[in-house]
Amino acid sequence: MPTSPRLRSCVLAAVAAIAAPAAAVAQTGTPAGEVNVYTYREAKLVAPLFEAFTKDTGIKVNTISASSGLEQRIATEGANSPADVLLTVDIGRLKEAVDRGVAQPITSEVLDKVVPAQYRDPNRLWYAVSARARVVYASKARVAQNEITYEELADPKWKGRVCIRSGQNIYNNALFAAVIAHLGEAKAEEWLKGLKANLAQKPSGGDREVARDIAAGKCDIGVGNTYYWALMSEREPDKKAWAEATKVILPTFKGAGTHMNISGVILAKHAPNKANGLKLIEWLVGEQAQKIYADMNFEYPIRPGVTAHPVISGYGELAADPLPIATIAENKKAAATLVDKVGFDN
Amino acid sequence: MDVRHEAGHDREEIGAEGPDPAGPVIAGRGRRSASFALRRLRPRHPLAWGLLVAVAALVLTPVASLVAIGSRGDPELWPHLAAYVLPDAVATTLMLLAGVAALTTLIGVGTAWLVAVHDFPGRGLVTWLLPLPLAFPTYIVAYVYADTLDTLGPVQGALRGLLGITVPAGSLLPEVRSLGGAVVVMSLVLYPYVYLAMRAMLQARSAALTEAARLLGAGGFRIARAITLPMARPALAAGLALVLMETLNDIGATEYLGVRTLTLAVFTTWLNRGSLAGAAQIACVMLVAVAALIALERHARRGRSVAASSADSRACRRVPLAGRAGALALLACLVPVGLGFAVPFVFLLREVFTRGLLVGFDPDLVRHAGSTVMLAGGATVLTLALGFGVAFAARLIRRRRAGALLGAAGLGYAVPGTVLALGLLGPLVAVDEAIGSVVRALTGHGAGLLLAGSAAAVTIAYTIRFLAIATGFAQAALARLPVDLDDAAASVGARPRRVVAAVHLPLVRPALLGAALLVFVDCLKELPATLLLRPLNTETLATYVYQFATRGSFEEGALAALLIVLVGLVPVIRMVRLSDDLDPDAPLA
Repeated sequence: MPTSPRLRSCVLAAVAAIAAPAAAVAQTGTPAGEVNVYTYREAKLVAPLFEAFTKDTGIKVNTISASSGLEQRIATEGANSPADVLLTVDIGRLKEAVDRGVAQPITSEVLDKVVPAQYRDPNRLWYAVSARARVVYASKARVAQNEITYEELADPKWKGRVCIRSGQNIYNNALFAAVIAHLGEAKAEEWLKGLKANLAQKPSGGDREVARDIAAGKCDIGVGNTYYWALMSEREPDKKAWAEATKVILPTFKGAGTHMNISGVILAKHAPNKANGLKLIEWLVGEQAQKIYADMNFEYPIRPGVTAHPVISGYGELAADPLPIATIAENKKAAATLVDKVGFDN
Repeated sequence: MDVRHEAGHDREEIGAEGPDPAGPVIAGRGRRSASFALRRLRPRHPLAWGLLVAVAALVLTPVASLVAIGSRGDPELWPHLAAYVLPDAVATTLMLLAGVAALTTLIGVGTAWLVAVHDFPGRGLVTWLLPLPLAFPTYIVAYVYADTLDTLGPVQGALRGLLGITVPAGSLLPEVRSLGGAVVVMSLVLYPYVYLAMRAMLQARSAALTEAARLLGAGGFRIARAITLPMARPALAAGLALVLMETLNDIGATEYLGVRTLTLAVFTTWLNRGSLAGAAQIACVMLVAVAALIALERHARRGRSVAASSADSRACRRVPLAGRAGALALLACLVPVGLGFAVPFVFLLREVFTRGLLVGFDPDLVRHAGSTVMLAGGATVLTLALGFGVAFAARLIRRRRAGALLGAAGLGYAVPGTVLALGLLGPLVAVDEAIGSVVRALTGHGAGLLLAGSAAAVTIAYTIRFLAIATGFAQAALARLPVDLDDAAASVGARPRRVVAAVHLPLVRPALLGAALLVFVDCLKELPATLLLRPLNTETLATYVYQFATRGSFEEGALAALLIVLVGLVPVIRMVRLSDDLDPDAPLA
């Protein structure tokens, strides 16, 4: 067939464009000695954990990190999915993974012994590996009180003084779900309306920005996770001032405790390296890993006996809300609906 | 007819068009002028049809899979979305689009007008500088401005110093994290699309008419109003269409700035309301809206044929601006470059040095930069091959139906990255499973996820997403070549394949290069689809930066962000030089 050289080179180039990535096919049929982790935890944060795990066990850890869609990816990949373990940063994604049917029950005496019942799925489809509290950051200069309830956040005395990130953010979603679990949907709606009425500005930014806006005098109190304040104070010199302008108050629900969220794991239904996956999950609740969670990520270790970082314990005695995380998960959708309904973010 | 001569002549016309990233969108002017008699004689071109159908199918596959996902939705969700989510999201989206359209038009047309029509000290420099913001991903500029202009940021700090305020109490400036802030930030990054399209149009298209008008005694303003702007309308439409689709697709910047657009509603519906189907439904509605936008743009471009028929594309002499007027013109051009490029660039540089990111250099970055360039390069080659392939095919066929297929091939540009990724994953896995079952039958082992689990997934996603740029450039360039050219070649016995290779391909080279540069830059910056589809242990520079951004400390990713911009600068500068080469003022080689 007479083909001009120019056209032929074009065709060749096109073929190469498809073939090059295909040749770089990453992981198909992983050999033993590996475990594939899909993680919502940023690669940088989990890297020290996985390095230690590999050093300990010789098992290589392959990762892919993203901020959304991982359970969907596992579900769509189906029986051929390379995923062994999914690591999440909150309960919502765990529930999503379970609902999509990408999790398999984990049978492990180690996990049952170490992880408190409140922090695991009754059906053993997910386990927590670390915990964090959603707390109040308050201006040192303008807020005198050192105690507060979540209910009080809707009190008109805070009118125009509260900062918070989007109501659809996963951490707020879980907090609002806990509010629903405690107060019931009708009262929770009132509460959310009250909180919205108290906002100094439209919800935006992240938890660090809450501290920044308090430091800037835009608001007096705000809601954030425990480890963000610690990170700003200990690891981020340029943000230290934001932490220093604020104090952390551990709020409680009336008659209950401080709202906790978890980072957790599932074992993928079609995990090609199931044994290694299980090994990794058990390793994550071991002493060494829990110490890394506490000291490097400023989280509450899930394993009894491992102590939190001094900055975290410096917030005060934590009285964790006994509400099972599974119950919070059940109210997650109702919370998202409520946020839409009261136009929280608008 | 002397083909060589014709070619040389046409080059000039391409020159006007080549650098025009306007061309990009979806020109789709079919060859309606072809006569019936000829059509009957024309061969059927099965290969060309095959290519067109295959590429259109490739692009429509994720859309179809999206529709399929959407059709499984639960009926309870819509009333909720319609009551509480969509009204506000639609209003916000429309305001954002209107604001960005207005501001990019102001900046893009204004600066293009200055450099194309006037001459002033520094004109050469700003001509070259004005497109630079294109190298920045919008989300990075959003982070930079939110940080710089924050109450505790350097600007307000200095302001407080000037005003003698010691304790910060609220913001002295308008809030960046707002709709207005988003409009400004996105306009600063996206105006080059309008600028590039308008500049090319302004300096070439209207030359003859302008000169005639001037000879007849019309003033500059009158010429602008009566001749230049109406003629440039198609270019403006093309540039704006790109701007608006980029705006609509954005998720990083708008989310960070707290602007709740429809694209964000797709995300929250999927992630928080737990309904992928609902998300797909919103996405489908958005697709319809974008299709309408494309139709509108095409309609606006229709006027172009008049301009194109002007064979005389000499540039008119530029009106010199001296003294204060010249200085003002220079300033007007420097401001958008300064805000859209210099400020974020200096910010990143400062972060890189104050944080010691060079000293504590993350060796992984080299690998990530490598995969970024590999992925973007591979996708660019594939996109150009397919995009120009279908454009050639449609030209050979000269049928309206072929034009429609060509239009369908450009639809991917309208699909938000995440949505595209979601729609693409299912079909990819289906192909993988089909391959797998064949392989298993032959060897007894499965083949795993050949496409969905490899870099092929990202490459295909980029290709679908940015195909419209390639087809747009190709169509715009091909439209400049008279059909007689093909007929002449055919009449001396050249087969279609040879017509494409020997006649079309060399003549559209500038457009090919322009498209390549734009596609490459867009691939470099692409984030959402990459996040979702990339294989294990693979990062691109964009996903690397994003990691830090999601942790709320994007400054630590400053070096990677800087690398994206630096790598992106090479093609952007090349693009400017390309358009300079083709500047009607410049001697044509």
